[in-house]
Amino acid sequence: MKNLILPAALLALTAGGALAQTVRLGTEGAYPPYNFINDKGEIDGFERALGDELCKRASLTCEWVKNDWDSIIPNLVSGNYDVIIAGMSITDERDKVIDFTQDYYPPTASVFVAKTADANTKGVVSAQTATIQAGYVAESGAQLLEFATPEETVAAVRNGEADAVFADFDYLKPIVDAAGGELVIAGEPVPLGKGVGMGFRESDKPLRDKFDAAITAMKADGSLNALLKTWFGDATKTY
Amino acid sequence: MFASCTDPAALGDLHWLVCYLTTAKHLSFYASFGTVLLLLAVTAPAALALGFAGAVAARSRVLLLSWLGKGYIALVRGVPDIAFFLFFVIALDQGVEYLRHVWLCPDWSEPIRQGSDFRVCPPAKAPLGNAPQWVHEVYGFALAVFTFALVFGAFAANVLFGAMRAVPRAQMETAEAYGMTPRQSFRRILVPQMWVYALPGLSNLWMVLIKATPLLFLLGVEDIVYWARELGGTKTPQFTDYPHGDWRMWYFLFLLVFYLAFTRLSEIVLDRVMARLTKGQATLGGDAQRKAAA
Amino acid sequence: MSCYDTFIDYGLRSIGIGERLLPRGDFTLCQQVVLIGSGMIWNIYFGALSLVSGFFLATALALAKTAQTPWVRKPAEAFIFVFRGSPLFIQFFFAYFLFLSLKQSYPFFTPLTSATWGALLVLFFNTAAYSAEIFHGALLSVPKGDIEAASAYGFSPRLRFRRIIWPTMLRLAWPAYTNEAIFLFHATTLVFFSGFPATAQKGDALYYANYFADKTFNPFIPYPILAGYFILLTLAVIGLFGAVNRHLNRHLPTAPQRRRTGMVPGFLR
Repeated sequence: MKNLILPAALLALTAGGALAQTVRLGTEGAYPPYNFINDKGEIDGFERALGDELCKRASLTCEWVKNDWDSIIPNLVSGNYDVIIAGMSITDERDKVIDFTQDYYPPTASVFVAKTADANTKGVVSAQTATIQAGYVAESGAQLLEFATPEETVAAVRNGEADAVFADFDYLKPIVDAAGGELVIAGEPVPLGKGVGMGFRESDKPLRDKFDAAITAMKADGSLNALLKTWFGDATKTY
Repeated sequence: MFASCTDPAALGDLHWLVCYLTTAKHLSFYASFGTVLLLLAVTAPAALALGFAGAVAARSRVLLLSWLGKGYIALVRGVPDIAFFLFFVIALDQGVEYLRHVWLCPDWSEPIRQGSDFRVCPPAKAPLGNAPQWVHEVYGFALAVFTFALVFGAFAANVLFGAMRAVPRAQMETAEAYGMTPRQSFRRILVPQMWVYALPGLSNLWMVLIKATPLLFLLGVEDIVYWARELGGTKTPQFTDYPHGDWRMWYFLFLLVFYLAFTRLSEIVLDRVMARLTKGQATLGGDAQRKAAA
Repeated sequence: MSCYDTFIDYGLRSIGIGERLLPRGDFTLCQQVVLIGSGMIWNIYFGALSLVSGFFLATALALAKTAQTPWVRKPAEAFIFVFRGSPLFIQFFFAYFLFLSLKQSYPFFTPLTSATWGALLVLFFNTAAYSAEIFHGALLSVPKGDIEAASAYGFSPRLRFRRIIWPTMLRLAWPAYTNEAIFLFHATTLVFFSGFPATAQKGDALYYANYFADKTFNPFIPYPILAGYFILLTLAVIGLFGAVNRHLNRHLPTAPQRRRTGMVPGFLR
């Protein structure tokens, strides 16, 4: 009995088309402007807008899921959601384990932020644990001070524990803007990573290709650039 | 939430605060207290049941069972709960899906492990890929409860194992003298008597369990600490109608008050239970009660 | 690179001796075992020091809690209540915050903003509070007859405490105190996880396990290694506490050992 029903059910799943299957998008919800939780308690941000648009173009039903940053890749490969869209830079390390689409956010620089523009970026530098920025600081010879959340890395500069904080330009910029001169960008920007892309299981090629095609289309008709300007300001890099 | 909250920047301080504290995000924060309390309410009996089973197994005369019980106590008690939450839950989830896969898709030919990917057939996914979000949340919550129960069950087993040994031998000997079978004396004498010895250890465990709930977020359950961290963090005007600085201290202070109040409440209840259990027992406490009544 | 070389390079990495950089590619099992093991130095440091120092404070607090004068009793009760009643990570958060502001006014407090001293202090207070509650419970259960007998023998109050009450209290408290010691060692993993910053990638076992899990994206190797180390540590703690327990109870007749009937069910006998 069971054996009879199952093939039929499988057939229904595949034949019912992609519409029946929900695609689960995993994000962190703590990295504005890429993704954050808005006042309504919903996931919001550049990636929310982008993800919804991509799903529409690929005619997929999508659902948003929050996951802790530390376990975001293990939970993807384990199948708890189907896509990572969480401001994740494309790196060789990650590319070995998961598949990326083309970048939907151009490669940008990471920057140091400190109390003065001439702060010592080779002194004590704070960064979030387990980020490419932390790895860079450790290799640069500066004294790395690691915190569990990005919030604390900036707080460390404010209270003098660290000479500078090293993180994504787009994460730090709104903070610098709102700090009223207390914090400034210091030193030279450092290009890290190959832009931001969506992550997929390596065995999920068809799904990846669908999103990749949708990104290509959005780049071609300029709608991605419009979205970038909305969230990152007019001065941001575009395609 | 309120109609007057549409333009927070123009509001007075008090009004602003009222609006701020009633955003949908804050309501999620308040709701998460319910999540945590529910988790505790489900986990505590589950852990107690596992602990009881573990203690009985460890006492068993069948060597295999005894090893199983003692192994469970020693292994799980040895691992920090946080390490458990970081890998065990994913393993548990994969285990469930693997079993469902073997059961539901016997004809599946593709390998389950492809590189680092874990792929079972779609009907074996737990929960199903097209299930609504609340099913996923309930499933995650169930995994969390199970993991918590497993970890704290080992500690409870240890406490109960000790409590069973603390029941005076004379009581058991008397039971034997009355001709009770081992099963009868276990049910009628040992189990009712052991609770009074177990309660101090169990209440301590309860206190530790209350304080372990911040680990919930590692399991994808949004608990009070997650929301406190999220709400308290610096908010820049670009992303919210209610910008503010680093307010984590105030949120954590609120959590501190909550935890202290909850602890106090637990202490009061546990003291009552203890007084009740002590009644008529052959302990110092029982003696004191008898004297007080006389 | 052989495993021996790895051990030389990373065996003491957690305290800043050896290679400056952590491994960055081709993560071998040996590297994971060595580095996570290296991190255990911190867990043992935090656990052992706070346990030993906390023991004395706990005894004092337990006594203070039984005191007649509210001036002594109330502060002890409040201390125990606050530290027992709140999660450790909230304590870490407030402690770090407090130490930072203290440092701003008095440079004397600078060491407390590092995990080495700051986290140790918090763990010391934390375990003292938990142990004090255990000791306090045991103190109330000391048989009255023992105390009366000591007085009858003309023991001074001080001698009576040292020779009768204190050892009996320890004997009664020991099983629960063993559990507290285990919890404390487990709690040391929270220091760098959510609490104090890690400097120059010097962290505890969980910090390195986290590092490898993040680099290899495979949680199923580093965390079980961490678990293995902690099982060994816990067994050592249980062994040590068991030895002390036997010492404390050496004058008591041991209960007759129940005979094991083995794997064979009863009816075959």
